[in-house]
Amino acid sequence: MSEPILSLRGLHTDIAQYHILQGVDLEVPRGQVTMLLGRNGVGKTTTLKSIMGQWSAKSGQILYDGQDITRLPVSARARAGIGFVPEDMGIFRDLTVEENMVLGCTTGPLDPARKDWLLSAFPALGTFWHSEAGNLSGGQKQMLSIARAMVEERKLYLIDEPTKGLAPAIVSTMAQALRELKAQGASILLVEQNFSVARALGDSAAVMDDGRVIWTGEMAELAANKDLQERLMGLSMETH
Amino acid sequence: MIVKLLSGDQPRSVLLTLLLLVTLVCLAGAPFLFDGVRALDTAARICIFIVLAASYDLLLGYGGIVSFAHTMFFGLGAYGVALASSHMGRGFDALLVGSVSGTVAAIILALLIGLFSLRVRAIFFAMITLAVASALAVLVSQFSGLTGGEDGLTYKIPRALTSANRMGEFMGTQISGKILNYYLVFTAALILFLLLLRIVNSPFGRVLQAIRENDFRAEAIGYRVIWYRTMATCLSAAVAALAGSLFAIWLRYVGPDTTLSFEIMLDILLMVVIGGMGTMYGAVIGATLFILAQTYLQNLMGSASEATSALPLVPDLLNPDRWLMWLGVLFILSVYFFPTGIVGRLRERRAS
Repeated sequence: MSEPILSLRGLHTDIAQYHILQGVDLEVPRGQVTMLLGRNGVGKTTTLKSIMGQWSAKSGQILYDGQDITRLPVSARARAGIGFVPEDMGIFRDLTVEENMVLGCTTGPLDPARKDWLLSAFPALGTFWHSEAGNLSGGQKQMLSIARAMVEERKLYLIDEPTKGLAPAIVSTMAQALRELKAQGASILLVEQNFSVARALGDSAAVMDDGRVIWTGEMAELAANKDLQERLMGLSMETH
Repeated sequence: MIVKLLSGDQPRSVLLTLLLLVTLVCLAGAPFLFDGVRALDTAARICIFIVLAASYDLLLGYGGIVSFAHTMFFGLGAYGVALASSHMGRGFDALLVGSVSGTVAAIILALLIGLFSLRVRAIFFAMITLAVASALAVLVSQFSGLTGGEDGLTYKIPRALTSANRMGEFMGTQISGKILNYYLVFTAALILFLLLLRIVNSPFGRVLQAIRENDFRAEAIGYRVIWYRTMATCLSAAVAALAGSLFAIWLRYVGPDTTLSFEIMLDILLMVVIGGMGTMYGAVIGATLFILAQTYLQNLMGSASEATSALPLVPDLLNPDRWLMWLGVLFILSVYFFPTGIVGRLRERRAS
């Protein structure tokens, strides 16, 4: 088996006086979708933000593509090929959809084939191509946020709750786009509360509790075992 | 052609386009359209302050960086020309050497301030720039042997640019070196403004806007925020210094009050805010209105006071001595009614 694209080893992260991550160990295999699951407040978002460098890890190690990036600045991590889609739709409201997308291209101009693919996955972005991103609806903003991360091929995508608060029709658009990204062989670490999306996309899963990863395994195994779900997350996937 | 000159950034409002055209025509034809030295001096100041305010807009409106050191860079450019002209004697070479050295000094100082201070939070950066600008103003005042201290420096500029150079008559106006000097200021200001417009509409300008909105997001896409902010500070300082050089060439005098004072810093801030931050055209409208109000409000109030002399209280309120109070009232009203600046408001009207 090839070396994982990302390994977290004993990662500890504090936010102010709170000790949020308490030794996270996690591996994200290449070319697979790894679901990061768990109840609210267990440290899933903090894990993604620590990988990206928004929160500095107090101790532990982040190995990405064979390189220790634990102390690298945020921009260097991005340039090394990590694409991050935050939970709060980090789009630039005053810029147009086009300008947002062009900003996502840090290594060269916008690739026409990639643009065509993204506009077919998210047709609304083509309709509002020259509009200010601040005028888009919540779902469209989320599409733009994801499309901007995908506008260049990245080695690893960190995506935080892409379907949160979206209408069912938009959830299926989003899930389809993620499926296409997966089909291209991308490595993805995905935090997702919508279990049907998680079940459909995930190859492997890691469940967190109290700032640690408490279970790792195949997504299919977790999806099939209601007892395991109840024990790990306090609820069954069937009910959601 | 025009769209290309404007770097694709059109005014996007009919009224704004008209206002800008009127300003451009009035400034381009000022020596022939308006009588008197005062009118020409006002037009030259408008040209210079448009560039100065626009360079501050690059920093504040596009980069979201609050700096109180902008007059320092303006002053460096002005003192560069003054010192070169004082030491090298009158000549275009002195103007060139002075402008270039003032600009280089401004860039180096901006680079140092940027690299050492842009990592801190915005409010601390603003405080640091205030401290550095105050320190430089004190230094200029203390080294009076070199800078003329509080009295400033008076020097000679090439004869070709002074009133003594008479070149005949055109359209009933005596063409003198002073008019040539005005067109030097006007042309340089126009080029610098178009250059700024090009910068803010370039990929660099877009990244700056992205950083202003959300610096972490820009960093997470892969842009080195500190590098972009430092570059913006240097570019803005260079253009401010060049505006200072033009001011020195026009005035033939520099002093702390005319180039380095905190009052001018506040004026620039008001010009940008009233005109509309992050629009560039806001600097044109803001600087023009501000300089016109500063120059002519007193006269206007004198006439209004006389016209209302029969009424009680009103003539006292309109007494020309109270012009600063009315200028203040005008600013409060404009910020209240135009929270996004005049340009922002005009564009909103079009959008709705």
